[in-house]
Amino acid sequence: METILQVRDLHTSFLTSNGEVQAVRGVSFDVEKGKTLGIVGESGSGKSVTSLSILQLLGSTGRINSGSIKLDGEELTTKNKKEMRRIRGGRIAMIFQDPMTSLNPLIPLGDQVGEMLWEHKKEMSKAERDAKVVELFRMVRIPEPEKRLKSYPHEFSGGMRQRVMIAMALACRPELLIADEPTTALDVSIQDQILKLMRSLQQEMGMSIMFITHDLGVVAELADRVAVMYGGLIMEEADIFDIFKDPRHPYTLGLLASIPDMNQDKSKKLQPIPGSPPDMIRPPKGCPFAPRCPYAMRICADELPPYVSTGENRRSMCWLLDPEAPETGNPFRNKK
Amino acid sequence: MADSSSSQNLLEVKNLTKHFPVSGGKVVHAVDNVSFSITRGKTLGLVGESGCGKSSCARTVIRIYDPTSGSIILDGEDITKLSQKQLLPHRRKMQMIFQDTYASLNARMTVQDIVAEPLRAHHICKSKAEEREMVADMLCRVGLNQEHAGRYAHEFSGGQRQRVGIARALILQPMLVICDEPISALDVSIQAQVVNMLRTFQEEQGLTYLFIAHDLSMVRYVSDDVGVMYLGQLVEKCETDEIYAHPLHPYTQGLLSSVPIPNPELARQKQTAGIAGDIPSPIAPPKGCRFHTRCPYAESRCSEETPAFREASPGHFVACHRINEE
Repeated sequence: METILQVRDLHTSFLTSNGEVQAVRGVSFDVEKGKTLGIVGESGSGKSVTSLSILQLLGSTGRINSGSIKLDGEELTTKNKKEMRRIRGGRIAMIFQDPMTSLNPLIPLGDQVGEMLWEHKKEMSKAERDAKVVELFRMVRIPEPEKRLKSYPHEFSGGMRQRVMIAMALACRPELLIADEPTTALDVSIQDQILKLMRSLQQEMGMSIMFITHDLGVVAELADRVAVMYGGLIMEEADIFDIFKDPRHPYTLGLLASIPDMNQDKSKKLQPIPGSPPDMIRPPKGCPFAPRCPYAMRICADELPPYVSTGENRRSMCWLLDPEAPETGNPFRNKK
Repeated sequence: MADSSSSQNLLEVKNLTKHFPVSGGKVVHAVDNVSFSITRGKTLGLVGESGCGKSSCARTVIRIYDPTSGSIILDGEDITKLSQKQLLPHRRKMQMIFQDTYASLNARMTVQDIVAEPLRAHHICKSKAEEREMVADMLCRVGLNQEHAGRYAHEFSGGQRQRVGIARALILQPMLVICDEPISALDVSIQAQVVNMLRTFQEEQGLTYLFIAHDLSMVRYVSDDVGVMYLGQLVEKCETDEIYAHPLHPYTQGLLSSVPIPNPELARQKQTAGIAGDIPSPIAPPKGCRFHTRCPYAESRCSEETPAFREASPGHFVACHRINEE
């Protein structure tokens, strides 16, 4: 399987007045060509910072401390500002959660999408750009695209604005699309429309997608592989079917048990994960999930577990998977 | 008959309408002719897309907004036209939990002051010591402790802030609690903590909830009955299991088919249409059935006649021409 993006041992932190926030603490993963990798996690898990690191959109306070990010074999972390500008929007595009604040309220939508083409394809004339924008609007199913070039963002609904953002992202046919919670601010009906659109556009264009979300339902609909993040680390990574059928990390187990599905037995209480996520200024020495883990052992608080292969092409980071882990009360014991 | 129903139902809302005037002499039809009741100790879930009027409906019920017309009967008493002063004794019976835990907690007040404010407004405590004791007790019941009382909202996580919001709502021991998207801003692992807590309080104190949410699987889990709103109107209402098993209104069907399924195998088998298009403006809602512009089954009469909200099967109400014919 060919990979489009290869991230290895990425460490990213932010300087704040309270100290250094260690947002990403050693993350490695691959995105395969033409496939979708879902990154699931709660707020503060480091999932968004991972994607912002790839595009080096970390602002003045954020910094990649170490690690490697390769796009189709080409190292990105050593690129200068000018080179990154060519890559952003060109070979890697991104769509964000909030389509309201991602668009400029004072510029017509046609010009905003056209700006992307102007930036990357300077040889195009204004007329060519407009024609291309109409084509993009049609591709993302915006009705009457010719009439929409001169519209402003406030004339569009949330779902339509997200379609504009997708049109902008796809303008230069990126090899990789990073979508950071693109449907979280939308209603379920509109979310459903946008997910269907992304799926069909991926089939048409063959692009690779990195999809960041907190919603396990959305991941189940869209992703081929899933990485579950917590405390700046990937806790478990596996094929979409395997992770839902047979989760091999207590955090994944906890996430799946805390959401009601449509067949949930109403007389039973949900099983929440007790406590709250760790403070990333002083991340725990051991496993970040240990303070909330119902299976935590003494070693969990002291030492970070290594990754263990839990089957074909899947891995997990948990002391319960260690050969010396106790058998009694171990949810993963008989599964080795 | 009237007597028995009023003692059984804590809240009865009849033909409630709320219009907001906007510039140019137009009105936003936020809530139009909505009727429902909630049995004591039960939960009514209210669902719909943003802009459907579910929050406006809740805020009108609790008299944050003054209704344009219709009536609100709480615990057997008509509170529709009471002045703010006359309302005060009734306010103790109804409290609200909000979605945005930043905006709904005063950043300059300590948790002690936030949770004690309802006690002060109703002159409940005779001494500071009694007040402190009641607040401490309440904080303990929502899983916080005494030490949290001196802190400010920004020192807490989202889940903890929502616990403060719940403590403030429940300290007066209300009968009706309106929960307006209480968990949608929280992380998945924290949502279940809050929902379980709300259920425990309901079991212990017999609370009645009006639960507003857009997460349909969570609404199914917490509600006894579910009402579906579209563009200011109630389009379907019935017992929870029935509405999820046999949704009758095309809008409810579309909404349910749009919910992502946290099961990759089922999610990939799913071949559903969902709902096309966007919700129209509530300033000029479509004539006839308001859903006809997005309905896959719309006929000519749907754009002309407004369908009545009728009982299709016992306890199952729906406003759709196709259903009413059968």
